Amino acid sequence: MKFVVKKAYCSGGRIGALELGSCPKPIETPALLLSTRKGLPHFIAPDLLTSLPFPDSHLLQISPLHFLEGLASTTISKIGGLHQMLSLHQYGIAAVARDSIQCLPESKGATKLGPSFETPCGRLSINSKDYVEMISCMRPNIWATLADEVPAWVSEKRNKTSVDRTVRWLDDCLALNPAAGSVFGAVVGGPNFDERMRCAMEVAKRNVSGYWIGGFGLGERIEERPALLSAIIDVLPDEKPRMISGLGLPEEILEGIDAGIDLFDSTYVYCLTLGGFALTFSLDNGGNQYDFQRCQVERDLTKINLRAKVYSKDMSPILGNCTCYTCRNHTKAYINHLFNVHEMLAQTLLEIHNTHHYLMFFRVIREAIKDGRFKKFRMTFIESRRVHQETKADCA
Amino acid sequence: MFRGMSLQAPITWCLCFKPKPKTNTTNMLPPLHSRTRSRQGYTTTRTKAMALVFEVLGRFNRARAARLTLPHHVCQTPLFMPVGTQGTIKGLTNSQLEDIGCQIILGNTYHLALRPTSELLDEVGGLHNFMNWQRGLLTDSGGFQMVSLLHLADITEKGVTFQSPVDGKPMLLTPEESIQIQNRIGADIIMALDDVVKTTITGPRVEEAMYRTLRWIDRCIAAHKRPHDQNLFGIVQGGLDPILRDICAKGLVERNLPGYAIGGLSGGEDKNSFWRVVAQCTAALPEDKPRYVMGVGYPLDIVVCSALGADMYDCVYPTRTARFGTALIPEGVLKLKHKAMAEDTRPIDPTCPCMVCKNYTRAYIHCLVTKDAMGSQLLSYHNLYYMLQLSRNLHFSIVEGRFPEFVCDFLHKMFPKGDVPEWVCNAMEVAGIDISSCCAPFSSCEESVSKSMPEEVILAG
Repeated sequence: MKFVVKKAYCSGGRIGALELGSCPKPIETPALLLSTRKGLPHFIAPDLLTSLPFPDSHLLQISPLHFLEGLASTTISKIGGLHQMLSLHQYGIAAVARDSIQCLPESKGATKLGPSFETPCGRLSINSKDYVEMISCMRPNIWATLADEVPAWVSEKRNKTSVDRTVRWLDDCLALNPAAGSVFGAVVGGPNFDERMRCAMEVAKRNVSGYWIGGFGLGERIEERPALLSAIIDVLPDEKPRMISGLGLPEEILEGIDAGIDLFDSTYVYCLTLGGFALTFSLDNGGNQYDFQRCQVERDLTKINLRAKVYSKDMSPILGNCTCYTCRNHTKAYINHLFNVHEMLAQTLLEIHNTHHYLMFFRVIREAIKDGRFKKFRMTFIESRRVHQETKADCA
Repeated sequence: MFRGMSLQAPITWCLCFKPKPKTNTTNMLPPLHSRTRSRQGYTTTRTKAMALVFEVLGRFNRARAARLTLPHHVCQTPLFMPVGTQGTIKGLTNSQLEDIGCQIILGNTYHLALRPTSELLDEVGGLHNFMNWQRGLLTDSGGFQMVSLLHLADITEKGVTFQSPVDGKPMLLTPEESIQIQNRIGADIIMALDDVVKTTITGPRVEEAMYRTLRWIDRCIAAHKRPHDQNLFGIVQGGLDPILRDICAKGLVERNLPGYAIGGLSGGEDKNSFWRVVAQCTAALPEDKPRYVMGVGYPLDIVVCSALGADMYDCVYPTRTARFGTALIPEGVLKLKHKAMAEDTRPIDPTCPCMVCKNYTRAYIHCLVTKDAMGSQLLSYHNLYYMLQLSRNLHFSIVEGRFPEFVCDFLHKMFPKGDVPEWVCNAMEVAGIDISSCCAPFSSCEESVSKSMPEEVILAG
C-alpha cells in the first residue's frame, strides 16, 4: 500500500491517493469502502459490481470473522487468499473485525486476551494470535488490529482498560509480524477526550501504515464528536491514512472529512437498502439542497421509501439524472412491487443505486475540497437540508 | 413429414420481424398459416390470427430443433423457461438473464393478478414494460395455482371458485376472466384455463376434467382480445388415459391454435406413465406448432421429452433447489451444504464456463448457501445457466445432426455405471435413439428396478 496526501486544505478536508497493489488505478480519498458480507456486497453479484463507478467502487471492507461460520482459514489460504477466493483481483480489500451490521463488539465479553463480538452464529471471542493467523491466510491489502471497543456509558476505569488492552493487542499483532498487508493501528478511548488522546499518541509511536479509529457510533453525544475527532487527528501523523467505523450519515461523513478522516465504510447504504429506502439527496456541486423536488410522503428529503404506496404506479426512475444500472433500467413502480412481494431483486437494485449515489456524493465532496470550498459546501449542505425539513414541519 | 417454413421465410425476414412486429404479425401470419393448413389437406373454416412463426430447422426422428419467432424475441427450441413468478427471477437482474441466454420468462397469472394487479400492468403498458424485459414472456392461466396453493378450490362449469387470499371471500375465476387478465399482462404466449386434476387420481373425474378443458378452450378463444400480439396455447389434459388424451389432443388440434401444451404431468405420476403420455401427445399434435410440456424441469426429463418431440419446458426446480443449496451438474446434483464441500477448492462444475464456475470454489459457495442472500443468487445463476446451456446443446446437436451422440454423452455422464433407468431406455427406443453404448451390458432395467424399489417402500411406509 502507498498513500500520499496530495493536499490538505485549511478550509477543511484533505485529498489523498491510495495505491493498492491489486487495484489498477490509485483511489482518491476521502473514499468510501463498500461494506460486504463474506467479501461480496450484500446483494450485488460480482458481475454487477462492474457497473459501479471506477475506480471509486474498488475498495471493499471485509470482516474476517464472517468466515468463522463454515470456512477454515487454511482453506482460504489454499485457495490463495481473499482476492483469489472472491475473484476480485483488481479490488483493494481492508479487513476490520467489526462490520457494524451483524458483527458487533460486545464489551462485556472482552477479556485481556481479546475482544468479543455478537455475530449471527453466536458470541465470538478472538485473540491476537488467532486473528493474525486468519489475516495471514486471507491476505487483505489493509487490516486493522484488534480493538476493545466500549460503549459511551461504561465507567472511566473500563474505558481506560480498553485503551490499555487495545494498545497491548496492537503490540501483540505487530510482534507476530504477519507477512500480509498493511497494518492499521486501532485507536479507541470512548467519549473521554484524554483517553482518546492517550491512545492515539501510543499508536502513533508504533510502526504502522495507517490508523483505524473505532469506538464511534456507540452512544457518544453528537456534540462531543468534533472535539474527540480533532483530539485524535491532531496527534496522528499527517502522512498516513485514517479509516473510521461508525460514521455513516451524510452529515457524519462531512464531519469526519472536515476532521481529516480519509476512509469510511458504507454501513449506512446497507441499512437504507434493507429498509427499502433510496437515496435521493441532491448531488449539487455547492451542496445546495434547496432546489430539490420533495415528494409527498417523507419528512426527510435525503431519501424516499420505495415501499410507500404512492410509488406503486410511478413509472419514473428513482432519480431521473442518475446513471446507475437501476435508474437506467427500472422504475420506482417495479421496485415497489418487488418489495411488496418480498423478492430479493428489490434489495439488489436498491443497493446498486444507493452505493452508486453515495460514491457520487464522495466525488462531489472531493471536488469541493479541491476547489478549497469544502467548509462552505458542508455548511450549505447541512443548512439547506435543515431548512427543508423545517418548512415541511411548518406545513404539517 | 417435415413441414418447416424455413424456405418460405428467409432469415432476414425473421430479423425484420423481431423488434416491434405487432403490425407485421397481423399482416404476415394468417396467410402463412392458412397455406400450411391447406397443404395438410384440412378444410379450415376460419383463419385464426397468430403472433408466432415456428420453423423447424433440423430434426432427428421425433426430436426437432426450431426457430420460434415471438412478438418480442426470436427463440431457439428446445428451450427451457425459467419461472419468474412475480415478474422477477430470484435475485437475478435482466442483464444477467440475458447474459446466460434466457429467452422466455414464465410469469404466474395468479400471483401477478394479486400483486401488482393486472389493471396496473395494463396501465403501465404490460409486464414487459413493467419489468423492462425485452425478450419473450409466457403467462399461465392461474388455474394451477388455485388448485395447488388453495385447499378450498372448487371447480364448476363456470370456472374455478376459490377463497380469496386477501379477504377470504369466495372468488370465481372463469376462462373469460383468465384470458382477460392475461391480455392485460400482455405476454407473448398465454395459456388457456384448464381443469387440472392430479395424475394420481383416476376414474370419471379425469374424463370430466378433460371434456371441461375442451369446452373451456372455446370460451378462452372467444374471450381472447389480442390474438395478433399474443398466442393462446391450448392444454392437452386427460390424465394417464391414452384414450382421453387422444380425444383432447384431437379436439384442440381442430381449433387450430398457435401452439399446444401437454398439461397435468409432473404431479407425482410414475416416470413410465409420464413419458408415454408425452410420446402420445407429441405424436398427436401438429408438426408445425410448438409443443410445451408444462412443469417439466429435471434435466433428464427435458432430454427425454425433446427426443420425443417436445419443444418447451418450465420448472421452478433450478432456482428452488438453488435456494436449498443444490447445484445442477452433468453428473446429477451437487449438495453444497455438505460438510465435504467446506474444503473443496474446485469450481461447482469444472466443465462449466458460467460466471460462478469461472470465479468461485465449492468451499466459498458452501459458506454462503442457505445463510446469505448471495449464496442463492450465485447458485440460481449457475443452475439456470446449466438449464439454458442444456437447451442450447439440444438445439445445436439436433441442427448439426449429432443428437444421438449428445444424448449418449449426457446419459453417460449422469449414469457413469451404465445404470440408465428403464423408463429412459424405453422412451429412447420409441424416440429411435440407440443408447446401448451408455447402458450397462447386463440389462440396466433390473438394476433400476431394484434401485427404485426401496424408495417406494419408504414412501409407502
